Amino acid sequence: MSKNNYIRTNGRAADELRKVSIKAGIIKNADGSAIIEFGKNKIIAAVFGPKEVHPKHMMRNDQAIIKCRYHMMPFSTDTRKNPSLSRREIEISKVIREAIQPAIIMEDYPRTAIEVYIEILQSDGGSRCAAINAASVALADAGINMRDLITACAAGKADGKIILDVDDVEDKTGEADMPLSILPNLGTITLFQLDGCLSEEEFKQALEMATNGCKKLYELQRNALMNKYFNNNKNKGV
Amino acid sequence: MPAVKKIRIIDSMRRTDIENSLKQSKRLDGRAILDYREISIETNVLQKTSGSASVKIGDSEVLAGIKVELGRPFPDTPDKGIIICNAELLPICSAFIEPGPPSEDAIELSRVSDRGIRESGMIDLPQLVIREGEDVFAVFIDIAIINEDGNLFDACSYAIAAALHGATMPTFKIENDKVVILEKVKPLPILSLPISTTFVKIGDKILLDPNAEEQTMCEARLTLVTDDKGNFVSAQKGKAGGFSFKEFNEMIEISKKKGEEIRKKIIKNDK
Repeated sequence: MSKNNYIRTNGRAADELRKVSIKAGIIKNADGSAIIEFGKNKIIAAVFGPKEVHPKHMMRNDQAIIKCRYHMMPFSTDTRKNPSLSRREIEISKVIREAIQPAIIMEDYPRTAIEVYIEILQSDGGSRCAAINAASVALADAGINMRDLITACAAGKADGKIILDVDDVEDKTGEADMPLSILPNLGTITLFQLDGCLSEEEFKQALEMATNGCKKLYELQRNALMNKYFNNNKNKGV
Repeated sequence: MPAVKKIRIIDSMRRTDIENSLKQSKRLDGRAILDYREISIETNVLQKTSGSASVKIGDSEVLAGIKVELGRPFPDTPDKGIIICNAELLPICSAFIEPGPPSEDAIELSRVSDRGIRESGMIDLPQLVIREGEDVFAVFIDIAIINEDGNLFDACSYAIAAALHGATMPTFKIENDKVVILEKVKPLPILSLPISTTFVKIGDKILLDPNAEEQTMCEARLTLVTDDKGNFVSAQKGKAGGFSFKEFNEMIEISKKKGEEIRKKIIKNDK
């Protein structure tokens, strides 16, 4: 790819998100759930709990514990993925858990476990961010006490330009990918990773762009919850 | 979700001590909040490797060994050599580590170390190709954690940087369509020197180079990796808390400055 004829895949502008749709409460048996379609990503998040802790020794007397599993289905990738958890998935499970935990009021649920299961049905770039957005809606749907929603969005660099919401192709051919998750009302960064090379200037620009992306996602998350609980669609009025 | 085996617990009195001391911007070991412990770097400590380094940051000690061997390229990058990086939390390193499959923390440590080298383009991978799509050199980077006292991310980063900086690779010839490795070696092609800096947040204070206690009780952790051109090449936030944007910008500034100091130390050590 040469610098001159670079066109963003999908013809997106530098600060344009992929098409996102979120729906809350799609799994009956779960305490809370959500499905997100984020470009070609299709991800379900389900929350169970607060419930009994297993194994017992993991229990905390002063607060809840969070268990989080990010799992990709074998059919979610171009070539079949081994169904067992890879090292990548274990790391992502960990960073997602640490991204959502600051939002949850853990002290409200001592001696319990809150389980967050994320299943990737179809993957495109940025699945960890999409997964966090879905998990956040699922947690709210489960009625877990939270300080804020958690919103996530990546920025990055492809062909010398700083771009929002890096997709699969841009991730592979591009220079950098920077996933970010924040608590938008509290202004706290809860997940931050960087993969690739950015100058200080670009770093700050990407951070700002990703923050703006997160704020857009916040509205979409709110709408998904409003749609379920207040049936807040335009046809019926408020 | 690997089961949590043993967890380091800091009792509440010790915690209060640490917090009170931090109110005066002092740490219990006498350091200021943005001080590193003493860093010592020793290279070529292992004879059966192509390059090695032993790094101590205070009581944290890690050992990195490089092996360069024949390998096959990945199908999607036929024109590049390969890097395989693995860090192992050995059961000798701490009373809180047990043998068995790698824990979440060990996997994170391994993957963050790997990203630092891979994304900075530290090794000139096209130079490791013997025959495109068929034979390449593979650089195996293995790190043994000998003693754990916090900040293993940085210790591993420096050990890898120092080990690779003085590493060699074999030369070869092709005979009857077969690759023959010769005894003569040449320096491994190194393009940059990525350096990691790790911060933790306790209360409203940002500390550099956390020891084991500080790392256990901190709310949030951030590792930033810079290269010699002042670019940021990799980063990882950890722990179940968050940073404000203001704190973030502070850390970006400090990371560049400290990274430069430590880089000088590694280069000086090499000569």
